[in-house]
Formats: sequence, C-alpha cells, structure tokens
Amino acid sequence: MNIDFHIKKAKSTKKLTLIFTFFMMFVYVIIILYPLFNMVISSFKSTRDIIRYPFALPESISFKSYYTVWIEKKFYNYFINSVIVTSVSMLFVVLLGSMASFGVSRYQYKGNTFLYMLFLSGIMLPLKAALIPLYMIINKLGLSNSLTCIILINIASGLPSTVFILSGFMRTFPKDLEYAARIDGCSDWRIYWNVVMPVVIPGVAIVTIYNAVPIWNDFFFPLVFIQSDALRTLPVGLNSFIGQYKTDWGLMFTGLSISIIPMLLLYLSMSNQFIRGMTGGAIK
Amino acid sequence: MRIQKTKKQQKYFWIAFFITPGLLMVFVFILLPLFMSMFNSMFDWNNYNRLGFIGLNNFKTLFTGYYYSERFFNAIQNNLKWFVMTMLIQNVFGLYFGYMLSRRINGSEVFKRIFFIPVLFSITAVGFLWGLYLKPNGLINSFLALINAEHLQRAWLGDGKIATYTIILVNIWRWTGFPTLVFMSSVDALPIENIEAAYIDGANELNIFFKIVLPLIVPAITTITVLTIIGSLNVFEQVYVMAGVDGQPNYSTDTICTLFYRTAFGTYDSSSPVIGVGSAMSVIIYLLTFFFSITSISWLQKKEVEI
Repeated sequence: MNIDFHIKKAKSTKKLTLIFTFFMMFVYVIIILYPLFNMVISSFKSTRDIIRYPFALPESISFKSYYTVWIEKKFYNYFINSVIVTSVSMLFVVLLGSMASFGVSRYQYKGNTFLYMLFLSGIMLPLKAALIPLYMIINKLGLSNSLTCIILINIASGLPSTVFILSGFMRTFPKDLEYAARIDGCSDWRIYWNVVMPVVIPGVAIVTIYNAVPIWNDFFFPLVFIQSDALRTLPVGLNSFIGQYKTDWGLMFTGLSISIIPMLLLYLSMSNQFIRGMTGGAIK
Repeated sequence: MRIQKTKKQQKYFWIAFFITPGLLMVFVFILLPLFMSMFNSMFDWNNYNRLGFIGLNNFKTLFTGYYYSERFFNAIQNNLKWFVMTMLIQNVFGLYFGYMLSRRINGSEVFKRIFFIPVLFSITAVGFLWGLYLKPNGLINSFLALINAEHLQRAWLGDGKIATYTIILVNIWRWTGFPTLVFMSSVDALPIENIEAAYIDGANELNIFFKIVLPLIVPAITTITVLTIIGSLNVFEQVYVMAGVDGQPNYSTDTICTLFYRTAFGTYDSSSPVIGVGSAMSVIIYLLTFFFSITSISWLQKKEVEI
C-alpha cells in the first residue's frame, strides 16, 4: 500500500496541505539559496554598486579581489591551518575514540559502565564554560598561541560523542568471531585493528563528519588561544579580516565566498555522507 | 592457576591500554576544568592570583552585586528567548518539514539536500554575511524598498528591541535543516505497518500524525530538545559576530556566554580578568545545562511509547 504524499493522487484537502507545504519549502529554499548567490555576485562588485544596485549582476567578472584575499590577505595560510587542525584532530579523535570504545564495549569487568559514563559525561558538559581552567591548564603546559592546544581541546571535545557512537557499533560485533580470532592467535590489538575496526567503518564515517564539521568551523577556542596571525584558522582569520575592511563590502563578500564555497562544493559532492554523519550522532 | 592469573593480568593490561589515552584527554580537558571551576569559584582572586577562601560570596556578587546582577539576569533572559524561539520556530518547522519529507512528497530528495546546506557553514561566515545584509543600507532593507514596503524597514541589528530576535532568526536560518533531517530519519525508521494499519482503519492524516507518529518519535524530540537547551545556553559566536562582545546595542543582545567571556578576559568594566565571579558564572552554566537537560529527558521519557 502506498502511503506516500504525492500530489497527483491526493484528495482535495490533502492537496491543499501539500500545496501549502510546497509553498513553505520553496520559500525556505529561496531564503537559503538567494543569499548565497547574492554573496557570490557581490564579491565581483564595488562597494558602491553593492549598496546602490544590490540585486544587479556584476558588470564584469574579475578575480582580482579573490587574488587579493587569497594571496595578499593570507587566506591560503588560514586555510592550511584549518586543514592541519581538522585532520590532526580527527586522526586522534578516531584513534583514541575507537580504542576507548573497544575498551568499554568488548570487555567484561567491574566499572566498565562507570568508565563509559565518564566518557559520556562530556556530551552534556559545555566546554565553553571550562574556559578559565582551560586557559590556566594551557598556559601551564606552555601551549598557548599554538595549533597544538587547539588540537588537544578538539580531541577532548570530540571523544565523548565518538565513544557513544562507536561503542554502539562495536557492541553489535558477534562475540563468536572475536573468539575465533583469539583462537587463531590474534592479540587484542590485532582484534581491535584488523577484526573489529574494518567492520565498524560506517560508524567511523559518521563520527568523522559529526566531529570534523564543528572542528572546521570552530571559532571560540582559536579566538581565545591564538594570537599570532600566522596561526589563525579560517573562522578567526575571517574575523580579523572583516575587522580590518569594514568599509570595503566587495572585499568582505570575497572573503565570505572564499570561506563558504569550499564547504559548499564538498557538501554537494557527498551530500548523503554529510547528512548521515551530522544526524547520525543524534539518532544513533 | 598461574596461567589464569596472567591471563587476567593481560586482560587488564589491554583494557588500560585501550582506555587510558582517551580517558586522560577527557579528564584533563573536560572533567578537571569542571572541578577547577567549582573550586576557583569559592576563592577571592586578584587577576590570576588566588587569595583567600570566601565561600559562596562570588555567587552572591553575581546575583545581587550592582552591575553583575543586572547584566546577568539580562543575559539569562536573552538565553531564554533563544530557547523559546528556537523550539517554537526552528524545531516546529523541522518537525513539519521532516515529516512531510519522510512521506516522500514530490521533490523531497532535492528539498532535503538544500535544507541542509547552511547547517555546514561556520557560524562566523553566516553571521558576517547576514550582518552585511541586515545593515541599514543592506540587502534586506533594499528588498523591502523594492516591494514598496519601506514602512517595514528597520535597523535590524541597531535597534535594541529587535536585535536579539534578528540574530536568533539568522541562527534559525542556519539550523532548521538539522531537526528537519533528524525528524525525517526517525520517522523513516518507524515500521510502516503501523501507519498502514491506521490508514486501513480510516484514520485521518492529523490523527495519524498526532496519535501514532508523534508518540513514536519522542526519542528524537528528546534529542533535539536537549541539543536546543545546550545550544541556547552556549550562544556566543552568533552574538560576538553580529553584535560584538558587548552584545550591542546597549547589552540588548548579551548572553550568558558573552558576559562570561568579558568577565573572564577582563573587558567587563575594569579591564582585568575577574576569575572568581567568572568561575561562579561557569558553574551556573554547568548547572543550568545539566539541570534542564536531565529534567527534559526524564519528562520526555515518560511520554515514550514502545512499538
């Protein structure tokens, strides 16, 4: 039986509901897409034209402002920093997170529920509130104004959700297969790395996207801990850039386009993975 | 016996090997700061030098001290606005869109992909982008002029009465796709037989939604509610980017996290960090997050039904 809502098969009241829904969704689509479109066209215009003719297309397409922002204003540098921070953080989030998940989900011992809860407690503790002690700890470790401290904080903040999601996946791995591997002489490390990990790759994919997107976008901790321009990540680089060019709207729109378009392209090329990853943490 | 013992030792070695590195990270950067905040909040501070123990005096200053209490309750009120508006607009639309998408209305595949686009953008970029559009001579007011609705033009971020709502709406613009897709996939996961059976019994659409679907997706509603609580108490970037760290104009968009940031980094009034009251504030943020999350989880859990 078909319970899908298709407009052709619908009766009149249902048809009205559907038309209303289409209208609302269509409006939201416009509200999402037009500002992005306008951002890109504005990046090719002068400040004066943006204010006087905000809806007009640019008279000519010149990538001069893109060159200015990317090379002279060092966005390439911010971009590289963001790539380093995100990839190193994610490497350790996945490694340490999957190891911890293996430790709490594949062994029977007193206190494993307690350890599991200890990891999970981080989900409900807002890390922003930890700002003052984090500042003290980072200073004590001599790590302020470095990418390392941002990476360490990212790893810690990524672990709770990773343990939550991955131990869910690992629990479903059959005990019998583990015993079989043990009888074949596999060490615990081999069981973790060569037997269980390949099976939970879908979970790893979810965890990666669930954590990488917020890490890539993180503003708060780089803002607090990074002072030198050479170490800024993209969001804080954008912040200081916009602070300097408050009156040059064309350049600001270029900076925004450069910050937004790479993520947009990545999303369009693998939207299903992004959607599954971002919502995967919420529905397990 | 001996062999068994070493086997047991081996097992505990491996458990420690797998768990310790991650646990260490969580301990140093998440749990230790929690305890340090509680500890620090009970001392008097001069910059970063800890002075004497003063019990709950920092909390008293926060709640009753001349400037602090005014700012603090002003900020808390704004966090409450964030929560209510997000629940009413973002999550209700999320539920509505998510349910309709899960019923595979025409074009649902395209809609869901587009709805999710802004979720992935950094809030800084989104905030600056809309900050430009919402300027007095920006895109929004130009659009209102274009459709002959000049009387609706506002100083969207400059008028203290509406600035908070403007920023909340921008945030809703960014996030609606998230609850939409969470609700969509949780409805998708329901056994289709239940809905089919109701159809055969001749139940109407509204009844199917409210009596059958809604009770079954309470776990997803719980998740979204808790995430909204945590998000509303953690609002910082949105305000920082669109209204500055002071929550301009005249603190009207201030939230507990921007106030906390100013207190912790000394842009509050004296230009030196106020660690004592700042720590008290962070304890309050922890407590509020914890209390409201637990309350809403237990309240919603009572409404859960098994299939």
